[in-house]
Amino acid sequence: MTVTARLDREWQRFTPMRRLSRFAFYLFAVAALVVSLQTIDVIPEFLYDAPAQMADLFGRMWPLDPSYIKPTLKSLVETLHIATVGTVIAIVLAVPVGLLAARNVTPNPALNLFAKFIFVTSRSINSLVWALLFVAVFGPGPLAGTFAIAFRSIGFTGKLFAEALEESNRGSIEALTAAGASKLSTLVLGYWPQVRPAFWSIALFRWDINIRESAVLGLVGAGGIGVALDTALDLLYWDQVAVVLLAILVVVILAEIVVTTVRARVL
Amino acid sequence: MSDVTQPSADRSKPFAANWGARIGWCVLAVYLVYACSQLGFSAERFSAGIEHGQRFIARMFPPNFGRWELIASGIAESLQIAVIATFAGVLLSLPVGLMAARNLMPAWISWPTRGFIALCRSFHPIIVAILFVKAIGFGALAGVMALIVASIGFISKLFAEAIEEISAKQVEAVRATGAGFLSVLIMGVQPQVLPRFIGFATYQLDSNLRNSTMVGIVGGGGIGASLFTAYQRFDFDVVLAILIVIVSLIMVAEIVSGWARQVFQ
Amino acid sequence: MPALDSSPNGEPADPRALVLRGLTKEYRKGSPVLSGIDLVLPGSGLTAIIGPSGTGKSTLIRCINRLVQPTSGEILLGGQDLATLSGRPLRNARRRIGMVFQEYNLVERLTVMENLLCGRLGYVSAWRAWLRKFPARDIARAFDLLDAVGLPGFATRRADALSGGQRQRVGIARAIMQEPEIILADEPTSSLDPKTSVEIMEILSKFAAERGIPVIVNIHNVELARRFASRVIGMSGGRIVYDGPPQQLTDAHLKQIYGGENWME
Repeated sequence: MTVTARLDREWQRFTPMRRLSRFAFYLFAVAALVVSLQTIDVIPEFLYDAPAQMADLFGRMWPLDPSYIKPTLKSLVETLHIATVGTVIAIVLAVPVGLLAARNVTPNPALNLFAKFIFVTSRSINSLVWALLFVAVFGPGPLAGTFAIAFRSIGFTGKLFAEALEESNRGSIEALTAAGASKLSTLVLGYWPQVRPAFWSIALFRWDINIRESAVLGLVGAGGIGVALDTALDLLYWDQVAVVLLAILVVVILAEIVVTTVRARVL
Repeated sequence: MSDVTQPSADRSKPFAANWGARIGWCVLAVYLVYACSQLGFSAERFSAGIEHGQRFIARMFPPNFGRWELIASGIAESLQIAVIATFAGVLLSLPVGLMAARNLMPAWISWPTRGFIALCRSFHPIIVAILFVKAIGFGALAGVMALIVASIGFISKLFAEAIEEISAKQVEAVRATGAGFLSVLIMGVQPQVLPRFIGFATYQLDSNLRNSTMVGIVGGGGIGASLFTAYQRFDFDVVLAILIVIVSLIMVAEIVSGWARQVFQ
Repeated sequence: MPALDSSPNGEPADPRALVLRGLTKEYRKGSPVLSGIDLVLPGSGLTAIIGPSGTGKSTLIRCINRLVQPTSGEILLGGQDLATLSGRPLRNARRRIGMVFQEYNLVERLTVMENLLCGRLGYVSAWRAWLRKFPARDIARAFDLLDAVGLPGFATRRADALSGGQRQRVGIARAIMQEPEIILADEPTSSLDPKTSVEIMEILSKFAAERGIPVIVNIHNVELARRFASRVIGMSGGRIVYDGPPQQLTDAHLKQIYGGENWME
C-alpha cells in the first residue's frame, strides 16, 4: 500500500530572522576580506623571491654553532623561571579577581563588571607590550619579563577560572549554606573541590603557553632566551639563531610532554 | 540474614593525609624561592620600580593622539593582517584538522599531520614573523604568513581533538543509511563539531588581532612598528594613545566574535 | 527442535528473504562469536532474534549491513552477496537496508526533520545534503512518516530535546525514509521503559504489516518477542538453536537458549 505524499507542507531550515543574520554575517565577512586584500601593501617581487630566500636562510642556519649552546642553555633556564614564577604570580592574583567575576560567588554586578574589565585589559595587551611597560618600570631584565607574563596571564586564567566557578553545582553550595557555613567555608569546602581539576588544568595550560611567550620577551629586553635570540639576530649569525630556535623547540616539546603526563595521571 | 559487623577503624585519623600533594607543595615553594632569587626579586628593585612606575605612568597621561593618521593607517594594516590571516588560517585548518583526526584517518596520514601542526605551534608568532621577514621582506605579507602558521597550529589541533571526541554512534547511523564519506561528514560529523569550530575560529581571530598589533616590532607590518618607535623615543603619551586604540579594537572584535558565535550556534 | 526451513542449497521461494550461509565472525582468532550460521530470514513479517548477551545477536545483525565485517560466509539479499561488497555497491546495498539502534543514534544537534532526511543520504549528493536541498517529495514523505509514528509537528525540534521513546520513533521513521527492502533493529527497546517498549514494537510490527517490509529485531525481552514476532530465532553460543513460530517456543527451548532456571521463576 503506497502512502500518498502531501506536497503542501514546507520545511525551513532556518527562521527568516536566522537566515538574515547568517546572510548579514557572510556579507560582512566577505566584505572585510575583500577590503583587506585590496588595501594591503604587498610587494609581489618579494613573494616570488621567497623560496630562494628561505633556502638561503636555512643554508645559513646549518651547521649549528656549538659555541652558542652554553649561553643558550643558561638563558633557557632563565626563561623557564620567568614562565613558572610568572604563572604562579598570575594565579595568585587571578583567583581573587576570578571569585569577584563569578556571578554565583559574587552576586554584585558592579564587582563582576569590574573584574571582567581587569581580565579584558590584561588579555588585550600583548605580553610584549606588558614587557615594554615593565622594562620602563623595573629596568631591563628578567624581573620585567616575569611581571609581564604574570599580568598578561591574569586575564586568561581568571576568566576560565570564573567560568569554572559558574559551572559548579549549586546544590552542594546550597547544602553548605543551609547548614550555616561561612562564606569562606563554602569557598574552601563547597567550590574548591569542584573547580580543583579545572583549576589545575587551566594552570598547566597557561604555563605551557607562557613558556612560548617567555621565550620572545627578550626581544624587547625583558630577559630570557629572547635576549640571546635578539643578539644573534642583530649580528645576523644565523647559525646561532638556529641553536636558539632548536633550544626553544626542545623546551616546548618537553613542556608539552610534562603537561600531557600530568594531565593524564593527576587530572 | 547475614550478620554485618563493621571492622573498627582507627578513629584518630579521620582524614587521609595526602603525602604526595604535601611533598609537591614543598618542592614548589622551595623552587619559587630559588627562582625568584635568580630573577632578581629584591626589595630595592621593587621600591625603585614603584618610583619609576609612577614617573612612567605620569608621562603617559594625557594620551597623545596628535599623529592620528599614522596610528589609523597602522591599525588599519593590523586589521587587514588579522582578517586575511584568520580567513586563510580557518580555510586551511579545515582539511588539516580533518587529516589529523585519528578516528577518521589512517595512521600514515594522521601522525605526520599532527607533527606538522605541532611544528606550527611550537614557535611564537613573533619568531615565525622574523623568519618570514627574512624570507619575503618587510611588510604586511610577512605578518600575514606568520599568523596563518599560528592559526593553523591552533585551530587544526583543537579541531582534530573535537573530531576525535564525537559520538561514533551518531556517525555509524548515518553510515548505515548508505551515505558516502562526504555526506557522513556533513550530516554526522559537522553538526557535532561546528559550534566548537566556530568558537576556535573566533578565538583565533581575537588572537590574530592581538598578535597583528605586535608583528610590526620585528618588521611584519601593522601598528607595532609605530608603537615600538614611540616607546624607544620615550614618547609614552603616544604609546598610551596607541594602546587605547588597540584595546578598543580588540573589544570591538570580541563583540563581533560573540555575534558570529550566536548566529552559527 | 524444529528443523531449519529451507535447505542451504535451494533458492528460497520468497525473493525478499535474507539468506545467511556459513556466516562466521571471529573478533579474536580461535574464539568465534558466530560459528557458521546458516539461516533464512523470512521476507515478510517481524522476526525476533532472542538470546543471552554476548551470544552474537548484535554481531549477526550488524554483519548484514556490514557495520561489522564478517570473517567468512555469504549474506544473500535478492541474489546479491552483501558480504563481498565495497565502495559504491556497498553504499547502494546499505540504502536498501534500514537500521534502528538501541541508543537511537540520532544526530543530536540536528532537528528531527534533518535526522529523517539522513535516511535519504544514500540517494542525494553530498552537495545537496550540505545545502539541505532535498527533493520536495522526500520532505513531504518525512512529514507523513512523522504523523505515522505519532510525532506530528515535531519536525523542527532538535533531537536532543526529545525523550527516549520519541527519539526511537524518529529512528524508525528515519529507517523507513530509506524505502528499504528490509529493516534491522538492534535491541530497539533495551533503553526504554516497558510501556514505551510496547509502543515501539507496535510501530515496528505495524510498518512490517502495512508496507510489507520484513523487520528483523534483536531483542532481550522474550515476552515482547512472543507477542509481536511472527517468527522467533533463538541463539546461544554463536549458533542457532531455535527457528520457528513463537507459539512453539517452549520453556525447554528457553532453557536451552538462556541456560539455568532461576530467571524464569
